[in-house]
Amino acid sequence: MGDPLFSAGIDLGVLIVVIVKALVAFGLLLVSVMLMIWFERKAISGMQVRIGPNRAGPFGLFQTLADGTKLFFKEDLIPEQADRFVFVLAPYLTLLPAFLIFSIVPVGGTVTIAHHIVELQVADPPIGILFLLALSSVAVYGVMLAGWSSGSKYPLIGSVRASAQMISYEAALGLSIIAVILESHALSLRAIVNSQAPHFWDWNIIRLGLVPFIIFFIASTAETNRPPFDLAEGESELGGGFHTEYSSIRFSLFFLAEFMNTITMSAVVVTLFFGGPDGPGFHFLAWLWPILWFGAKTAVFCYVQVWIRASLPRLRYDQLMELGWKKLIPLSLAWMLIVAGVLVDAVWGFAMIGLSLVGYLLILRASKVSRIRRISALGESTMQQRIGR
Amino acid sequence: MARLNFFGGFKQSLKQVVQPRVTVQYPKVKRVKPPRLHGRHVLNRYEDGMEKCIGCELCAAVCPADCIYVRGADNSPENPTSPGERFGYVYEINYLRCIHCDLCVEACPTEAITETKMFEFSFTSRADAIYTKKELVVDDEGRPQHLPWEDWREGEDRYTSAWMRATSPAGSAAYEGEVGWSAELGYGVRYPEGGQSGKRDDSKTGNISIREVARNKIPVRFGGKVR
Repeated sequence: MGDPLFSAGIDLGVLIVVIVKALVAFGLLLVSVMLMIWFERKAISGMQVRIGPNRAGPFGLFQTLADGTKLFFKEDLIPEQADRFVFVLAPYLTLLPAFLIFSIVPVGGTVTIAHHIVELQVADPPIGILFLLALSSVAVYGVMLAGWSSGSKYPLIGSVRASAQMISYEAALGLSIIAVILESHALSLRAIVNSQAPHFWDWNIIRLGLVPFIIFFIASTAETNRPPFDLAEGESELGGGFHTEYSSIRFSLFFLAEFMNTITMSAVVVTLFFGGPDGPGFHFLAWLWPILWFGAKTAVFCYVQVWIRASLPRLRYDQLMELGWKKLIPLSLAWMLIVAGVLVDAVWGFAMIGLSLVGYLLILRASKVSRIRRISALGESTMQQRIGR
Repeated sequence: MARLNFFGGFKQSLKQVVQPRVTVQYPKVKRVKPPRLHGRHVLNRYEDGMEKCIGCELCAAVCPADCIYVRGADNSPENPTSPGERFGYVYEINYLRCIHCDLCVEACPTEAITETKMFEFSFTSRADAIYTKKELVVDDEGRPQHLPWEDWREGEDRYTSAWMRATSPAGSAAYEGEVGWSAELGYGVRYPEGGQSGKRDDSKTGNISIREVARNKIPVRFGGKVR
């Protein structure tokens, strides 16, 4: 398998195609981030009965450009207590994964340019989805180092929260991805998309049931630090969290990364669960329809992300951990086991369902016991206070 | 989380999308101002053109911000400025100090000083901020003067004494709606502004109740008219 572009060896033509693909993807991603920021602000102001940006350009489309220009020309501050090298490095560590994850997402079908079969995605590595997991772990470093190197209290708290949160949710993310891999028999995102190809009932969301999709979506929202999981930023409690001390262009890099992550994660959700560029096409401009389908699906998920942001309040830290460790991880683990069992044999499927139920009861029992112990460890008065809260 | 009606929030935020926007495009469009808004002052005149101010300095005395400076002078018998013995010879209000509390309006025995609803004025020099009698006195039609740095809109200069007419002259509820004030140049005797007793006639006073103003902008859920 692998990328058909490289099957006949690498010559100058292939090199040019690769460079052009990378540049086009880079440009498109930047433009779509610009539009995404505008879209998010417009959509969320719609949900808050406001108008939103409408000054710069038609419908305020150039608002992001104006903001970016403003940020670019602001004074760039580095705190005296900061670890200068890490402080400067951190924004790029956050930005880079967002770019690179997008590079493995197939945005369309294949086209033939000068006898080269070109897949419409920047790269199709055989490790595919593992690359995503690896990079989303790198993104943790960006946020964590940003907070740590600032040499300030709030950013440090923000970064500690961020690393705890991202590591917890990465487990659920990975487990729900495993279900997809099991069903598609492949790691490469192109192969995953192809396995969902002909009909919409072959999409993973239907083949795997809703659960892995829901878990993946929640976990990816947490991975990208978006509301309601934006504890790392926590404007109201941490004054911006990990990027409190950042200003000017470095701040805008964080900003860019956040919105790029939104798009990237929406694209990954579409790829893993909604068939990617799959959809009805026509012979007229046949290469264009998959791209349009992919764009439309991604846009829907971008809107859903905004919708979630407008609807849900930020989670408390303990709620965050409880959702991650007590609900999402056991659920995704159980679902993965069930999917694996069903793929082997119906009997194994039922066995896994039984096993999951037993596991569920054990967890329930364990949390109840720990609760009773905790309460009896506390005094009577403190217990009443706890309950009153 | 179950107790929070989890999906109710999603439904709510989606429903908001089709609601009319509450934002007013401010510098282009302005909301109708509340009838009793305290804005920039005017010095009123009687219907025959005489000034109402008698230079008694009660406004200056009552002013908590010390922004009013008044000096009275005797009217010349041949060519009087105000009916009576004295008139306001110098009248200055420093708008860098004024807090628009309207205590001067309350103190004035002749209803000479009242407030318009214009509050959007910005000066580039201290001298511009100190309004003298030249700027404060209403013109020959009874309208306040429009200075270059003031943002007047159509119709905004008509209701210059709403606050005064909003209260019963005696301060007693029994006299609500009773006319107890003198006529103004250009307007004659103004109608009383309705209080809470239902005796109001907004078509005559020309005022729009702030509740009406608000109702047209507030969605039905919150008690407004807008769907």
